[in-house]
Amino acid sequence: MIRQVITLFKKDVLLELRQQYALYGVILYVMSTVFVLYLTMGSETDGEIWNALYWVMLLFVCINAVAKSFLQESRGRMLYFYSITSPTAFIISKLLYNLLLIIIMNSISLFLFLLFLGNPTVYTGQYILISILGACGLSLIFTMLAAIASRAMQQASLMAILGFPIIIPQLLLLVRLSKLAFAETFRAGASMEVTLLVLALDLSVVVLAVILFPFLWKD
Amino acid sequence: MRKSWWKILSIVLLVYAIVGGLLLPVPALRQLQETVRNLYYHVSMWFAMMILFTISLVHSIRYLRTTNFKYDICARDYSAVAIVLGLLGYATGVIWASYTWADPNNPAYASFGSIVREPKLIGTAIALLTYFAYFVLRSSITDIDKRARVSAVYNIFAYAMLFPSIWIIPRLLPSLHPGQEGNPALDFRDVDTRLRMVFWPAVAGWTLLAVWIATLKVRIDFLKEKKWLHAK
Repeated sequence: MIRQVITLFKKDVLLELRQQYALYGVILYVMSTVFVLYLTMGSETDGEIWNALYWVMLLFVCINAVAKSFLQESRGRMLYFYSITSPTAFIISKLLYNLLLIIIMNSISLFLFLLFLGNPTVYTGQYILISILGACGLSLIFTMLAAIASRAMQQASLMAILGFPIIIPQLLLLVRLSKLAFAETFRAGASMEVTLLVLALDLSVVVLAVILFPFLWKD
Repeated sequence: MRKSWWKILSIVLLVYAIVGGLLLPVPALRQLQETVRNLYYHVSMWFAMMILFTISLVHSIRYLRTTNFKYDICARDYSAVAIVLGLLGYATGVIWASYTWADPNNPAYASFGSIVREPKLIGTAIALLTYFAYFVLRSSITDIDKRARVSAVYNIFAYAMLFPSIWIIPRLLPSLHPGQEGNPALDFRDVDTRLRMVFWPAVAGWTLLAVWIATLKVRIDFLKEKKWLHAK
Protein backbone atom coordinates (compact mmCIF):
# COMPACT_ATOMS: atom_id res chain seq x y z
CA MET A 1 0.00 0.00 0.00
CA ILE A 2 2.64 2.53 1.06
CA ARG A 3 4.91 1.29 -1.69
CA GLN A 4 2.11 1.75 -4.21
CA VAL A 5 1.58 5.31 -3.03
CA ILE A 6 5.29 6.07 -3.29
CA THR A 7 5.53 4.58 -6.78
CA LEU A 8 2.51 6.51 -8.03
CA PHE A 9 3.83 9.69 -6.44
CA LYS A 10 7.21 9.19 -8.07
CA LYS A 11 5.53 8.59 -11.41
CA ASP A 12 3.70 11.94 -11.16
CA VAL A 13 6.87 13.80 -10.19
CA LEU A 14 8.83 12.11 -12.96
CA LEU A 15 6.18 12.96 -15.54
CA GLU A 16 6.24 16.55 -14.36
CA LEU A 17 10.02 16.75 -14.61
CA ARG A 18 10.05 15.21 -18.08
CA GLN A 19 7.17 17.12 -19.59
CA GLN A 20 7.73 20.37 -17.73
CA TYR A 21 5.23 22.32 -19.79
CA ALA A 22 2.72 22.23 -16.94
CA LEU A 23 5.15 23.49 -14.34
CA TYR A 24 6.46 26.27 -16.53
CA GLY A 25 2.94 27.02 -17.70
CA VAL A 26 1.82 27.68 -14.15
CA ILE A 27 4.94 29.67 -13.37
CA LEU A 28 4.31 31.81 -16.42
CA TYR A 29 0.71 32.20 -15.31
CA VAL A 30 1.86 33.44 -11.91
CA MET A 31 4.39 35.79 -13.43
CA SER A 32 2.00 37.37 -15.87
CA THR A 33 -0.66 37.76 -13.18
CA VAL A 34 1.78 39.43 -10.80
CA PHE A 35 3.06 41.64 -13.60
CA VAL A 36 -0.44 42.76 -14.53
CA LEU A 37 -1.14 43.48 -10.86
CA TYR A 38 2.11 45.40 -10.63
CA LEU A 39 1.19 47.53 -13.64
CA THR A 40 -2.39 48.17 -12.58
CA MET A 41 -1.89 48.70 -8.85
CA GLY A 42 0.80 51.31 -9.07
CA SER A 43 3.13 51.84 -6.18
CA GLU A 44 0.78 52.20 -3.20
CA THR A 45 0.17 48.75 -1.75
CA ASP A 46 -2.21 48.72 1.13
CA GLY A 47 -1.80 45.63 3.34
CA GLU A 48 -5.41 44.57 3.15
CA ILE A 49 -5.59 44.76 -0.65
CA TRP A 50 -2.22 43.03 -0.97
CA ASN A 51 -3.51 40.20 1.20
CA ALA A 52 -6.80 39.86 -0.69
CA LEU A 53 -5.03 39.87 -4.06
CA TYR A 54 -2.59 37.24 -2.87
CA TRP A 55 -5.30 34.81 -1.82
CA VAL A 56 -7.32 35.32 -4.99
CA MET A 57 -4.23 34.73 -7.09
CA LEU A 58 -3.30 31.63 -5.11
CA LEU A 59 -6.84 30.33 -5.61
CA PHE A 60 -6.56 30.62 -9.39
CA VAL A 61 -3.05 29.20 -9.46
CA CYS A 62 -4.31 26.28 -7.42
CA ILE A 63 -7.19 25.60 -9.79
CA ASN A 64 -4.87 25.69 -12.78
CA ALA A 65 -2.20 23.52 -11.20
CA VAL A 66 -4.48 20.94 -9.64
CA ALA A 67 -7.01 20.67 -12.46
CA LYS A 68 -4.55 18.95 -14.73
CA SER A 69 -3.70 16.24 -12.23
CA PHE A 70 -6.81 14.32 -13.21
CA LEU A 71 -7.46 15.85 -16.60
CA GLN A 72 -4.11 14.64 -17.91
CA GLU A 73 -4.98 11.01 -17.19
CA SER A 74 -6.48 9.56 -20.32
CA ARG A 75 -9.20 6.95 -20.20
CA GLY A 76 -6.79 4.21 -21.16
CA ARG A 77 -4.32 5.16 -18.47
CA MET A 78 -7.07 5.22 -15.85
CA LEU A 79 -8.03 1.70 -16.89
CA TYR A 80 -4.42 0.67 -16.47
CA PHE A 81 -4.27 2.14 -12.95
CA TYR A 82 -7.56 0.46 -12.21
CA SER A 83 -6.03 -2.90 -12.94
CA ILE A 84 -2.79 -2.45 -10.99
CA THR A 85 -3.58 -0.37 -7.92
CA SER A 86 -6.21 0.43 -5.30
CA PRO A 87 -8.25 3.65 -5.36
CA THR A 88 -6.98 4.60 -1.92
CA ALA A 89 -3.34 4.45 -2.99
CA PHE A 90 -4.19 6.39 -6.14
CA ILE A 91 -6.01 9.26 -4.41
CA ILE A 92 -3.42 9.51 -1.63
CA SER A 93 -0.61 9.76 -4.16
CA LYS A 94 -2.53 12.46 -6.02
CA LEU A 95 -3.17 14.38 -2.82
CA LEU A 96 0.51 14.21 -1.88
CA TYR A 97 1.68 15.19 -5.32
CA ASN A 98 -0.65 18.18 -5.44
CA LEU A 99 0.50 19.24 -1.98
CA LEU A 100 4.09 19.27 -3.18
CA LEU A 101 3.13 21.11 -6.36
CA ILE A 102 1.13 23.80 -4.59
CA ILE A 103 3.81 24.38 -1.95
CA ILE A 104 6.30 25.04 -4.75
CA MET A 105 3.80 27.26 -6.57
CA ASN A 106 3.05 29.09 -3.35
CA SER A 107 6.69 29.88 -2.70
CA ILE A 108 7.21 31.07 -6.27
CA SER A 109 4.17 33.31 -6.20
CA LEU A 110 4.94 34.67 -2.76
CA PHE A 111 8.48 35.47 -3.89
CA LEU A 112 7.20 37.27 -6.98
CA PHE A 113 4.58 39.09 -4.95
CA LEU A 114 7.16 40.35 -2.48
CA LEU A 115 9.46 41.30 -5.35
CA PHE A 116 6.98 43.22 -7.46
CA LEU A 117 4.37 44.49 -5.07
CA GLY A 118 6.55 45.24 -2.07
CA ASN A 119 6.25 43.83 1.40
CA PRO A 120 3.50 45.32 3.58
CA THR A 121 3.63 42.46 6.10
CA VAL A 122 5.06 43.01 9.55
CA TYR A 123 5.89 39.40 10.34
CA THR A 124 6.90 37.95 6.99
CA GLY A 125 7.83 34.57 8.46
CA GLN A 126 4.36 34.15 9.87
CA TYR A 127 2.80 35.11 6.55
CA ILE A 128 4.88 32.48 4.78
CA LEU A 129 3.70 29.78 7.20
CA ILE A 130 0.06 30.86 6.93
CA SER A 131 0.26 30.90 3.15
CA ILE A 132 1.67 27.37 3.14
CA LEU A 133 -1.13 26.23 5.44
CA GLY A 134 -3.70 27.84 3.18
CA ALA A 135 -2.16 26.52 -0.01
CA CYS A 136 -2.26 22.97 1.38
CA GLY A 137 -5.94 23.34 2.23
CA LEU A 138 -6.78 24.69 -1.21
CA SER A 139 -4.86 21.95 -2.97
CA LEU A 140 -6.52 19.15 -0.97
CA ILE A 141 -10.02 20.40 -1.64
CA PHE A 142 -9.38 21.04 -5.31
CA THR A 143 -7.78 17.63 -5.79
CA MET A 144 -11.00 16.00 -4.64
CA LEU A 145 -13.06 18.37 -6.80
CA ALA A 146 -10.87 17.66 -9.80
CA ALA A 147 -11.57 13.98 -9.25
CA ILE A 148 -15.30 14.70 -9.27
CA ALA A 149 -15.14 17.08 -12.22
CA SER A 150 -13.05 14.68 -14.27
CA ARG A 151 -16.12 12.42 -14.45
CA ALA A 152 -18.20 15.12 -16.14
CA MET A 153 -18.06 17.11 -19.34
CA GLN A 154 -16.51 20.61 -19.55
CA GLN A 155 -14.28 19.70 -16.68
CA ALA A 156 -12.22 22.83 -16.28
CA SER A 157 -15.11 25.26 -15.99
CA LEU A 158 -17.09 22.83 -13.88
CA MET A 159 -14.29 22.71 -11.34
CA ALA A 160 -14.58 26.43 -10.67
CA ILE A 161 -18.35 26.17 -10.29
CA LEU A 162 -18.11 23.25 -7.90
CA GLY A 163 -15.14 24.58 -6.01
CA PHE A 164 -15.83 28.25 -5.30
CA PRO A 165 -18.77 27.86 -2.95
CA ILE A 166 -16.95 25.17 -1.00
CA ILE A 167 -13.69 27.07 -0.78
CA ILE A 168 -15.19 30.41 0.36
CA PRO A 169 -15.47 29.49 4.07
CA GLN A 170 -11.88 28.35 4.23
CA LEU A 171 -10.69 31.36 2.26
CA LEU A 172 -12.48 33.67 4.69
CA LEU A 173 -10.75 31.95 7.59
CA LEU A 174 -7.36 32.23 5.90
CA VAL A 175 -7.75 35.90 5.02
CA ARG A 176 -8.72 36.51 8.62
CA LEU A 177 -5.82 34.46 9.94
CA SER A 178 -3.26 36.10 7.70
CA LYS A 179 -4.03 39.44 9.31
CA LEU A 180 -1.83 38.11 12.10
CA ALA A 181 1.14 38.85 9.88
CA PHE A 182 -0.03 42.45 9.54
CA ALA A 183 0.31 42.83 13.32
CA GLU A 184 -3.41 42.93 13.92
CA THR A 185 -4.24 41.96 17.47
CA PHE A 186 -6.49 38.96 17.97
CA ARG A 187 -8.56 37.84 20.91
CA ALA A 188 -6.36 35.56 23.05
CA GLY A 189 -6.27 32.07 21.56
CA ALA A 190 -8.32 33.03 18.49
CA SER A 191 -5.46 32.57 16.03
CA MET A 192 -4.77 29.10 17.42
CA GLU A 193 -8.46 28.21 17.10
CA VAL A 194 -8.57 29.26 13.46
CA THR A 195 -5.36 27.38 12.67
CA LEU A 196 -6.69 24.21 14.26
CA LEU A 197 -9.98 24.66 12.44
CA VAL A 198 -8.21 24.89 9.08
CA LEU A 199 -6.15 21.81 9.94
CA ALA A 200 -9.28 19.92 10.98
CA LEU A 201 -10.93 20.84 7.68
CA ASP A 202 -7.86 19.59 5.81
CA LEU A 203 -7.92 16.34 7.70
CA SER A 204 -11.61 15.83 6.99
CA VAL A 205 -10.97 16.41 3.28
CA VAL A 206 -8.36 13.65 3.31
CA VAL A 207 -10.69 11.26 5.15
CA LEU A 208 -13.59 12.04 2.82
CA ALA A 209 -11.37 11.64 -0.24
CA VAL A 210 -10.25 8.21 0.91
CA ILE A 211 -13.84 7.14 1.63
CA LEU A 212 -15.50 8.65 -1.43
CA PHE A 213 -12.94 8.22 -4.18
CA PRO A 214 -13.55 4.47 -4.68
CA PHE A 215 -17.05 5.38 -5.89
CA LEU A 216 -15.68 7.80 -8.48
CA TRP A 217 -13.00 5.40 -9.56
CA LYS A 218 -15.25 2.84 -11.21
CA ASP A 219 -16.44 3.89 -14.62
CA MET B 1 -55.59 8.24 7.97
CA ARG B 2 -52.86 6.20 9.56
CA LYS B 3 -50.43 7.26 6.89
CA SER B 4 -51.46 10.86 6.54
CA TRP B 5 -51.50 11.94 10.17
CA TRP B 6 -48.35 13.98 9.71
CA LYS B 7 -49.87 15.90 6.83
CA ILE B 8 -52.84 16.82 9.01
CA LEU B 9 -50.45 17.68 11.82
CA SER B 10 -48.51 19.92 9.46
CA ILE B 11 -51.65 21.84 8.48
CA VAL B 12 -52.74 22.19 12.10
CA LEU B 13 -49.31 23.42 13.15
CA LEU B 14 -49.12 25.89 10.29
CA VAL B 15 -52.58 27.28 10.97
CA TYR B 16 -51.47 27.71 14.57
CA ALA B 17 -48.18 29.28 13.49
CA ILE B 18 -49.89 31.78 11.22
CA VAL B 19 -52.86 32.68 13.43
CA GLY B 20 -50.96 32.44 16.69
CA GLY B 21 -47.87 33.99 15.19
CA LEU B 22 -49.77 37.09 14.17
CA LEU B 23 -52.07 37.40 17.18
CA LEU B 24 -50.33 36.08 20.31
CA PRO B 25 -48.43 38.61 22.43
CA VAL B 26 -44.73 39.07 21.81
CA PRO B 27 -42.10 40.78 23.96
CA ALA B 28 -41.62 44.40 22.90
CA LEU B 29 -37.94 44.75 22.11
CA ARG B 30 -36.49 48.16 21.43
CA GLN B 31 -35.08 47.38 18.01
CA LEU B 32 -37.38 44.70 16.74
CA GLN B 33 -40.85 45.64 18.03
CA GLU B 34 -43.50 43.67 16.20
CA THR B 35 -41.13 42.49 13.48
CA VAL B 36 -39.96 39.81 15.91
CA ARG B 37 -42.93 37.79 14.66
CA ASN B 38 -40.91 37.16 11.53
CA LEU B 39 -38.88 34.74 13.68
CA TYR B 40 -41.62 32.18 13.15
CA TYR B 41 -41.30 32.34 9.40
CA HIS B 42 -37.73 33.40 8.64
CA VAL B 43 -35.81 31.22 11.10
CA SER B 44 -38.03 28.21 10.55
CA MET B 45 -37.34 28.42 6.81
CA TRP B 46 -33.63 27.99 7.55
CA PHE B 47 -34.35 25.12 9.92
CA ALA B 48 -36.46 23.35 7.34
CA MET B 49 -33.78 23.99 4.69
CA MET B 50 -31.02 22.46 6.81
CA ILE B 51 -33.19 19.48 7.69
CA LEU B 52 -34.03 18.87 4.03
CA PHE B 53 -30.40 19.15 2.96
CA THR B 54 -29.61 16.60 5.63
CA ILE B 55 -32.32 14.27 4.33
CA SER B 56 -30.86 14.68 0.86
CA LEU B 57 -27.43 13.78 2.24
CA VAL B 58 -28.82 10.64 3.87
CA HIS B 59 -30.35 9.58 0.56
CA SER B 60 -27.04 10.16 -1.21
CA ILE B 61 -25.27 7.95 1.29
CA ARG B 62 -27.92 5.29 0.86
CA TYR B 63 -27.53 5.50 -2.90
CA LEU B 64 -23.81 4.83 -2.64
CA ARG B 65 -24.44 1.88 -0.34
CA THR B 66 -27.16 0.24 -2.41
CA THR B 67 -26.88 1.80 -5.90
CA ASN B 68 -30.65 1.82 -5.94
CA PHE B 69 -31.72 4.53 -8.40
CA LYS B 70 -34.69 5.43 -6.18
CA TYR B 71 -32.43 7.11 -3.63
CA ASP B 72 -30.83 9.26 -6.30
CA ILE B 73 -34.23 10.68 -7.20
CA CYS B 74 -34.96 11.30 -3.52
CA ALA B 75 -31.63 13.07 -2.97
CA ARG B 76 -32.25 15.32 -5.96
CA ASP B 77 -35.82 16.24 -5.07
CA TYR B 78 -35.13 16.91 -1.40
CA SER B 79 -32.30 19.27 -2.25
CA ALA B 80 -34.46 21.01 -4.87
CA VAL B 81 -37.16 21.72 -2.29
CA ALA B 82 -34.48 22.80 0.20
CA ILE B 83 -33.23 25.37 -2.31
CA VAL B 84 -36.73 26.81 -2.61
CA LEU B 85 -36.87 27.08 1.19
CA GLY B 86 -33.48 28.78 1.18
CA LEU B 87 -34.75 31.37 -1.30
CA LEU B 88 -37.87 31.93 0.80
CA GLY B 89 -35.68 32.32 3.87
CA TYR B 90 -33.71 34.97 2.01
CA ALA B 91 -36.90 36.77 1.02
CA THR B 92 -38.25 36.86 4.57
CA GLY B 93 -34.82 37.87 5.86
CA VAL B 94 -34.63 40.76 3.41
CA ILE B 95 -37.98 42.08 4.56
CA TRP B 96 -36.90 41.78 8.18
CA ALA B 97 -33.54 43.41 7.61
CA SER B 98 -35.06 46.28 5.68
CA TYR B 99 -37.07 47.20 8.80
CA THR B 100 -34.39 46.63 11.39
CA TRP B 101 -30.90 46.95 9.92
CA ALA B 102 -31.33 49.30 7.01
CA ASP B 103 -30.67 52.95 7.70
CA PRO B 104 -33.99 54.75 7.22
CA ASN B 105 -32.23 57.95 6.20
CA ASN B 106 -30.76 56.35 3.13
CA PRO B 107 -32.52 54.69 0.23
CA ALA B 108 -32.80 50.93 0.69
CA TYR B 109 -30.15 50.03 -1.86
CA ALA B 110 -27.54 52.15 -0.07
CA SER B 111 -27.58 49.75 2.88
CA PHE B 112 -27.24 46.76 0.60
CA GLY B 113 -23.45 46.69 0.53
CA SER B 114 -23.04 46.56 4.27
CA ILE B 115 -25.85 44.10 4.89
CA VAL B 116 -24.62 41.57 2.35
CA ARG B 117 -21.32 41.32 4.21
CA GLU B 118 -23.12 39.63 7.10
CA PRO B 119 -21.42 36.27 7.80
CA LYS B 120 -24.75 34.50 8.13
CA LEU B 121 -25.91 35.80 4.77
CA ILE B 122 -22.62 34.71 3.24
CA GLY B 123 -23.14 31.28 4.78
CA THR B 124 -26.52 30.83 3.21
CA ALA B 125 -25.38 32.25 -0.09
CA ILE B 126 -22.62 29.64 -0.08
CA ALA B 127 -25.07 26.87 0.77
CA LEU B 128 -27.36 27.85 -2.09
CA LEU B 129 -24.47 28.24 -4.54
CA THR B 130 -23.19 24.80 -3.57
CA TYR B 131 -26.50 23.19 -4.31
CA PHE B 132 -26.89 25.14 -7.55
CA ALA B 133 -23.51 23.68 -8.45
CA TYR B 134 -24.86 20.26 -7.52
CA PHE B 135 -27.57 20.68 -10.14
CA VAL B 136 -25.12 21.99 -12.72
CA LEU B 137 -22.97 18.91 -12.08
CA ARG B 138 -25.99 16.65 -12.49
CA SER B 139 -26.95 18.18 -15.80
CA SER B 140 -23.42 17.94 -17.16
CA ILE B 141 -23.33 14.13 -16.98
CA THR B 142 -25.47 12.23 -19.42
CA ASP B 143 -24.98 8.67 -18.26
CA ILE B 144 -27.62 7.98 -15.60
CA ASP B 145 -25.65 5.69 -13.30
CA LYS B 146 -22.57 7.83 -13.47
CA ARG B 147 -24.64 10.95 -12.79
CA ALA B 148 -26.19 9.38 -9.73
CA ARG B 149 -22.86 8.21 -8.38
CA VAL B 150 -20.84 11.36 -9.03
CA SER B 151 -23.55 13.69 -7.75
CA ALA B 152 -23.97 11.59 -4.61
CA VAL B 153 -20.24 11.89 -3.99
CA TYR B 154 -20.39 15.64 -4.52
CA ASN B 155 -23.42 15.96 -2.26
CA ILE B 156 -21.64 14.20 0.60
CA PHE B 157 -18.39 16.08 0.08
CA ALA B 158 -20.07 19.47 -0.21
CA TYR B 159 -22.27 18.88 2.82
CA ALA B 160 -19.32 17.83 4.92
CA MET B 161 -17.28 20.87 3.86
CA LEU B 162 -20.12 23.32 4.03
CA PHE B 163 -22.10 22.84 7.17
CA PRO B 164 -19.34 22.82 9.78
CA SER B 165 -18.05 26.05 8.32
CA ILE B 166 -21.51 27.61 8.20
CA TRP B 167 -21.91 26.84 11.86
CA ILE B 168 -18.44 27.87 12.93
CA ILE B 169 -17.45 30.86 10.81
CA PRO B 170 -20.21 33.27 11.82
CA ARG B 171 -18.92 32.93 15.36
CA LEU B 172 -15.48 34.14 14.33
CA LEU B 173 -16.55 37.17 12.33
CA PRO B 174 -18.31 40.28 13.59
CA SER B 175 -22.01 40.38 12.83
CA LEU B 176 -25.24 42.24 13.46
CA HIS B 177 -27.22 39.05 13.26
CA PRO B 178 -28.40 37.69 16.62
CA GLY B 179 -27.03 34.41 17.90
CA GLN B 180 -23.36 35.34 17.88
CA GLU B 181 -22.54 33.17 20.86
CA GLY B 182 -24.36 30.02 19.85
CA ASN B 183 -27.08 28.71 17.61
CA PRO B 184 -29.53 31.50 16.89
CA ALA B 185 -32.98 30.77 18.36
CA LEU B 186 -31.82 27.50 19.90
CA ASP B 187 -30.48 29.13 23.01
CA PHE B 188 -33.05 29.33 25.77
CA ARG B 189 -31.64 32.53 27.14
CA ASP B 190 -32.22 34.67 24.09
CA VAL B 191 -35.62 33.48 23.00
CA ASP B 192 -38.52 34.50 25.17
CA THR B 193 -40.95 31.80 26.35
CA ARG B 194 -43.82 33.49 24.52
CA LEU B 195 -41.87 33.26 21.30
CA ARG B 196 -40.90 29.65 21.86
CA MET B 197 -44.56 28.70 22.24
CA VAL B 198 -45.08 29.46 18.57
CA PHE B 199 -41.57 29.05 17.23
CA TRP B 200 -41.09 25.31 17.68
CA PRO B 201 -44.51 24.33 16.33
CA ALA B 202 -43.79 26.62 13.37
CA VAL B 203 -40.46 24.89 12.69
CA ALA B 204 -42.11 21.49 12.83
CA GLY B 205 -44.98 22.66 10.65
CA TRP B 206 -42.82 24.16 7.92
CA THR B 207 -40.50 21.16 7.93
CA LEU B 208 -43.40 18.74 7.58
CA LEU B 209 -44.89 20.83 4.80
CA ALA B 210 -41.55 20.85 2.99
CA VAL B 211 -41.21 17.09 3.38
CA TRP B 212 -44.74 16.72 2.06
CA ILE B 213 -43.95 18.79 -1.04
CA ALA B 214 -40.76 16.81 -1.55
CA THR B 215 -42.52 13.45 -1.29
CA LEU B 216 -45.04 14.58 -3.90
CA LYS B 217 -42.19 15.57 -6.18
CA VAL B 218 -40.47 12.25 -5.53
CA ARG B 219 -43.63 10.36 -6.43
CA ILE B 220 -44.06 12.29 -9.68
CA ASP B 221 -40.43 11.56 -10.56
CA PHE B 222 -40.84 7.88 -9.73
CA LEU B 223 -43.65 7.77 -12.29
CA LYS B 224 -41.55 9.66 -14.84
CA GLU B 225 -38.52 7.44 -14.42
CA LYS B 226 -40.47 4.23 -14.05
CA LYS B 227 -38.59 2.37 -16.74
CA TRP B 228 -35.25 3.02 -15.05
CA LEU B 229 -36.52 1.97 -11.65
CA HIS B 230 -37.77 -1.36 -12.91
CA ALA B 231 -34.86 -1.96 -15.21
CA LYS B 232 -32.74 -2.30 -12.12
